[in-house]
Amino acid sequence: MHFPSDLAATRRDLLIGTAAAVATTSSSSRLAAQAPADIGPVIAPVSFEVNGAQREFSLDARTTLLDALREHLHLNGTKKGCDHGQCGACTVLVDGRRINSCLTLAVMHQGQRVTTIEGLGTPDNLHPMQAAFVKHDGFQCGYCTPGQICSAVGVLDEIKAGVPSHVSADLTATPEGSEAEIRERMSGNICRCGAYSNIVDAITDVSGRKA
Amino acid sequence: MKFDTPATTNPIDQLKVIGQPLDRIDGPRKVTGTARYAYEQHDVAPNQAYGHVVGSAIAKGKIVSMDLAAARRAPGVLTIVTAQSAGKLGKGKYNTARLLGGPDIEHYHQAVALVVAETFEQARAAAQLVKVRYAEARGAFDLAAVKDRAPDAKPEGESPTQTAVGDFAGAFATAPVKLDQSYSTPDQAHAMMEPHASIAAWDGDKLTLWTSNQMIAWSVGDMAKTLGIPKENVRLVSPFIGGGFGGKLFIRADALLAALGARAAGRPVKVALTRPMMFNNTTHRPATIQRIRIGATPDGKITAIGHESWSGDLKGGGPELATQQTRLLYAGANRMTSLKLAVLDLPEGNAMRAPGEAPGLMALEIAMDEMAEKLGLDPVEFRIRNDTQVDPEKPQRPFSQRRLVECLRIGAERFGWEKRSATPASVRDGKWLVGLGVASAFRNNLVMKSGARATLGRNGIVTVQSDMTDIGTGTYTIIAQTAAEMMGLAIDKVKVELGDSSFPVSAGSGGQWGANSATSGVYAACVKLRDAVVQKLGFNSGDAVFEGGAVKSGNRSVPLAVAAREGDIVGEDTIEFGNLDETHQQSTFGGHFVEVGVEAATGEVRLRRMLAVCAAGRILNPKSARSQVIGAMTMGAGAALMEDLVIDKRRGFFVNHDLAGYEVPVHADIPHQDVVFLDETDPMSSPMKAKGVGELGICGVGAAVANAIYNATGVRVRHYPITLDKLLDRLPSVS
Repeated sequence: MHFPSDLAATRRDLLIGTAAAVATTSSSSRLAAQAPADIGPVIAPVSFEVNGAQREFSLDARTTLLDALREHLHLNGTKKGCDHGQCGACTVLVDGRRINSCLTLAVMHQGQRVTTIEGLGTPDNLHPMQAAFVKHDGFQCGYCTPGQICSAVGVLDEIKAGVPSHVSADLTATPEGSEAEIRERMSGNICRCGAYSNIVDAITDVSGRKA
Repeated sequence: MKFDTPATTNPIDQLKVIGQPLDRIDGPRKVTGTARYAYEQHDVAPNQAYGHVVGSAIAKGKIVSMDLAAARRAPGVLTIVTAQSAGKLGKGKYNTARLLGGPDIEHYHQAVALVVAETFEQARAAAQLVKVRYAEARGAFDLAAVKDRAPDAKPEGESPTQTAVGDFAGAFATAPVKLDQSYSTPDQAHAMMEPHASIAAWDGDKLTLWTSNQMIAWSVGDMAKTLGIPKENVRLVSPFIGGGFGGKLFIRADALLAALGARAAGRPVKVALTRPMMFNNTTHRPATIQRIRIGATPDGKITAIGHESWSGDLKGGGPELATQQTRLLYAGANRMTSLKLAVLDLPEGNAMRAPGEAPGLMALEIAMDEMAEKLGLDPVEFRIRNDTQVDPEKPQRPFSQRRLVECLRIGAERFGWEKRSATPASVRDGKWLVGLGVASAFRNNLVMKSGARATLGRNGIVTVQSDMTDIGTGTYTIIAQTAAEMMGLAIDKVKVELGDSSFPVSAGSGGQWGANSATSGVYAACVKLRDAVVQKLGFNSGDAVFEGGAVKSGNRSVPLAVAAREGDIVGEDTIEFGNLDETHQQSTFGGHFVEVGVEAATGEVRLRRMLAVCAAGRILNPKSARSQVIGAMTMGAGAALMEDLVIDKRRGFFVNHDLAGYEVPVHADIPHQDVVFLDETDPMSSPMKAKGVGELGICGVGAAVANAIYNATGVRVRHYPITLDKLLDRLPSVS
């Protein structure tokens, strides 16, 4: 069971990564303000798999994974709600784990496997989680919805893999897919329309537990 | 179609499709990411460039100079728009502050420039290089500090801001039981999930804007007015809107700057406001300070009720109408309300979900709870004793429907209200202090002129077009249900196209008038279409029946598609409302019931159960209507417990301007929610006999939470949000 410790390491990396990104931004703007505004962007090659297809990019190194998906691949399902990792609308699955795609640069994902909402199902062939969201009306405006669904798919996998959460009473026992566990784990995905009660019903339905 | 006499039986009453809890017809697109929002229209105009907005760093004053040299030199930059370069701009009817500031600055983060570049990253980086020198002026940012000098708010339209009936002062002075308390609600943000975003493209002197907007016709007019071009030259397209809540009723800086940027760059430009800019750049719900006085007889009959509210806005702005509901909600012969409006130099205040009632009921319904306690009455019973079936200011004017008492009684029964202890802080569940709270919900039913076009194609599909918007409310679905019911079709034989200003002008989405008004417009268009079909088929219009995809008359039955064999048949009409809303007060009602647990040591508040019982006319789709109500209850819970735009009173801006600082409810904050709709039709409201529910759900719920916290702890908090610091030093001692 390496998952929990991997997760912890990822969180630390993320904090370090964020701090570094902030530092770079401010120093580069100082640099640019001093003179050479004519230095062009750093263009970097990167390739990764998106929804089963290998994609090659040549990207401005500042491009987030979110903008690579939205602005370069025109996969619009992954939403930009805050661009700051505060709302969860941009949640995608990378190598099977959910992340905020706005908080990570595209060039950091060389060789990885990205699954977006478009990779889960289509209007004519819905993924069970997508179908459950429709059935339980787990959305209104629909803007946070792809992120909620990707997150929900990730949550059920995490519970299955035995990853504990803040509300798990016993960190070593297999967590249950209780409503409290779902609410806690889904709390990084904001829905301002307030469909939470229905979203929990949808996820519970897919998890096989009685609502 | 003119609606000026109460509705009688019509095809909608069949309820084969209307009234059914159908899944949203746009659901599969939304859950697969294939519903496209404004910023995602990559293919509508080629060669789109990216704009990034620069916001003012001061709240009030002037721009002294702008140094754009470094930004212009930055890689990829195509053009920079400022007030100086934009030429003469007007101001929209619905905007208080200008959308592009300079040299005068009216509020913090007012847009002062748009940097347009080849890529998003380049535009963002170059925007950091724009150097602006300001001369900062002193501003007023603190409502409490200027409140006492605030004059009466000016009346808007026919709605007075100062009302008086009977002798309030005398009746209050002599009332045997009375309450005189002050309450406050903070500034709040819509914080819809989709940031304001627009793509603009010019074709000669004609502008097309793909944007995120609730009110297409208003915004076409305001865009034309701001740019100084004819309305006919502006087209707005807004098929999906990622939430609005009033924040997208008007054009905002993204739309104007995209248009100006596209004109300057000579190619299409897309602009989205960044999340941290939304809170100060756009509108918000203004803070209020409210004073409520209630006088009653010992048996709980209100004899005097007075409600005063103070709010602030930029010069030329309007008040938060927090006293509105108090004119109509409870009986009482002697009454007064007053709205005062201070000038503040904060960002523009404007409508947010249930403007007026949402903050007004947050205060009034705590006052009612306090008064019930003074009288020794159950708070449900106290409200019931003061029900009125007529407009208390004009007793000759009845409510069209008013079932508040039933909402409260049914809610109390369902929620187990009889188990509530009248003594605060007397129920424990482990470490939790447990309490129940109740509040009335009230919101007026507004009706708005609304048009639609229904076209029958030779494939038998009816296509409905209207500039109406679906902001998550379920408009696509209820319009399809309306057309299906009218034309005797299954819902999958109806196609709905919305949010395009080239379609007939509708009511738009605001003030919870959208569902009832827009479907009435579709009803009117379908009546026209039915007439045209009957005529085409040579049927006697009096006895033709539309059902099962066919038109039937006597023993003849013809498939609907046959009528369009030689070409499309079009029905287009607009519903217009007479004065039934003047002869009868049309409102929606509800009862909110909330159970909270308050952690005995830390004061942490957890919602345990929530129930709303609503009486809102015919419910067109119980599934999407229920979602409207639970969503509003969630927003109301946020207002009660966490939402608070914190003002820097020296510099005049909202400090917590992102979703980490401005907290809104998340999954873990919200329990299972129950909603009950009373079976009701209101023939005074429209041929649909429906009313709105989108705002009713937020009305009163905040006070129900506050009252539950009081019941749990014995701590009465009158200043929202009820955060634990306001409870901690007064919690019962932990035993």
